[in-house]
Amino acid sequence: MTAVAQPLPAARRPKRMTPARWGLYAFIFITALYFLLPLYVMVVTSLKPMAEIRQGNLLALPVAPSIDAWVKAWTSACTGLTCQGIKIGFLNSLRILVPSVVISILVGSLTGYALSLWRVRGANILFGTMMVVAFIPYQVFIYPLVRVFSFTGLGQSLSTIVIIHTIFGLPTMTLLFRNYFASLPVELFKAARVDGAGFYQIYALIMMPMAIPMIVVAVILQTTGIWNDFILGLVFAGRDNLPMTVQLNNIVNSTQGERAYNVDMAATLLTALLPLAVYFGSGRWFVRGIAAGAVKG
Amino acid sequence: MQKSNVDIRSLQIGFGGLKVLENLDLHVGASEFLVLLGPSGCGKSTLLNAIAGLIDVRGGEIHVGGRDVTWAEPKDRGIAMVFQSYALYPRMSVRRNMSFGLTVAGTPRDEIERRVGEAAQMLRLTSLLDRRPSELSGGQRQRVAIGRALVRHAGVYLFDEPLSNLDAQLRAELRVEIKRLHARLGATMIYVTHDQIEALTLADRIAVMQGGVIQQLDTPKKIYREPVNRFVASFVGSPAMNFIPGQLARGSEVAFIAGVNRVSLNGYAFRSQPTDAPAVLGIRPEHIELTASNDPSAVSARVEMVEPMGADTLIWCRLADSTAFSFRHDADAQVRVGDTLNVRFPAEALSLFDETSGQRL
Repeated sequence: MTAVAQPLPAARRPKRMTPARWGLYAFIFITALYFLLPLYVMVVTSLKPMAEIRQGNLLALPVAPSIDAWVKAWTSACTGLTCQGIKIGFLNSLRILVPSVVISILVGSLTGYALSLWRVRGANILFGTMMVVAFIPYQVFIYPLVRVFSFTGLGQSLSTIVIIHTIFGLPTMTLLFRNYFASLPVELFKAARVDGAGFYQIYALIMMPMAIPMIVVAVILQTTGIWNDFILGLVFAGRDNLPMTVQLNNIVNSTQGERAYNVDMAATLLTALLPLAVYFGSGRWFVRGIAAGAVKG
Repeated sequence: MQKSNVDIRSLQIGFGGLKVLENLDLHVGASEFLVLLGPSGCGKSTLLNAIAGLIDVRGGEIHVGGRDVTWAEPKDRGIAMVFQSYALYPRMSVRRNMSFGLTVAGTPRDEIERRVGEAAQMLRLTSLLDRRPSELSGGQRQRVAIGRALVRHAGVYLFDEPLSNLDAQLRAELRVEIKRLHARLGATMIYVTHDQIEALTLADRIAVMQGGVIQQLDTPKKIYREPVNRFVASFVGSPAMNFIPGQLARGSEVAFIAGVNRVSLNGYAFRSQPTDAPAVLGIRPEHIELTASNDPSAVSARVEMVEPMGADTLIWCRLADSTAFSFRHDADAQVRVGDTLNVRFPAEALSLFDETSGQRL
């Protein structure tokens, strides 16, 4: 008899759930829980009346949920001497945010565009150094800047804080756009020159429309950065223009009598609302832009 | 459409301490198709960019259509340019890409419409006018780039390796299209390439460049048949020209001696009186002929490799002194590796070069 050669068994398809996979999911789940728990406590607490909070069941759902604390935080919580809620701070923050974001992106993209055409040897090292310099703590600059602005007569004002945000945003914005524009083929610029477009026409009509993903990233970076700023707003905005973060601090830290935890929580959530919305609304763009910038930089 | 000539006088270009072009003179006639051919780094693209005004020159003059444009802006030179990477504006439709230059220049709208329509029809782009560049294939993109140049109605069209990014088949198609375009428009065209086939097929005249110097400026036929030096001889032609080192000998007739082989040079057009000096014989693979063994001019060689190329067959041989050469034969050649063949080098098809200078003798 001749032995019939058995075909070799085909390699088995890997099982979907290995122990390592289980471990991975467990880790992700626990990490998510770890970060979501404080948020849960804040939301729950903000919806409870003080009587319920006093009972001390931190994790319990509210028995009689109400949005009174939110209304109070928005309209009538005391931020120091005035008691008009955090809405003043929200409006101030918006008034600081919009011009700061627009101007810093305009100036940053224009300088980035100009620098992208400046292809000297060692440019990448030079710009890398610029990026490192951008991480010098702001505190170092504060006193000299205060002197400079009081000397120029601008003092503390809306313009001052907008200028400050623009200046501090410039290194990041410039490098973000420079790295993007430098990654584009030089021939594009040459073609536009042959077509007769000037420096600013090429910037506005060709470069900026191409840079839309970068603009989205820049808006996200600047919006979250400027909205979350505390110290610059406190020092440079002036008393009438204090941003929301400063107002929030005033609400939370200047309480007479019993601490209104629910109002504090509601005010905090209100302050975090805008960056939170930006993150949720644009996470995909954010990651894409940062990754593109990192690879091409 | 006006057709400008281009006149370049003792042009000098350098970057830092590096001299790319030095005292380069070149005249391109109106309606001429001139190809700048050379390996990368030979200065051909630099020259083209200088004509376009995209690189500053150190010295010399550039005249387009009789006008000194050495320091003029690119848009004021009466030129249009097509780039290797297409360089289309990605956020604009094909139509906007083609009309951008005219819009910037403030051309009336109906005139823009007319020119774009005309160029689109010429390049078979009419159905693609509303697409974005990202929705086009490579060949279509390059046609748009050519269309963008055409609508400028320029006196000179500059092409910077326009076909290098395309695959072989598309390259051949677009090459024909460019040639047809030149025949139809009769426009002056300066075309940079490192592909000698493109140069030979397209050009009225070819300027072969190396090291920033034009080595030879002549018709494709002359360049191919009578290269002025070994560089031009080896750069142009595929499969490449064979080079056989040896010695010139004057006796009853001038001959070339390579080892035991003797090649008669009766009929070779010497540029100067030949001397008994070491020399290099160059011959193109298609000029080598098979012959009978009793032919007095026969050279015997052993077959080392046979490459069938479809239309013909390339046969690699080795002489007795181990110099290798290749020659073309009919596709139905009954030749096998190891055979010994008798071949003849016809004197009128040869090129002889000085051994040291590499110049044609």
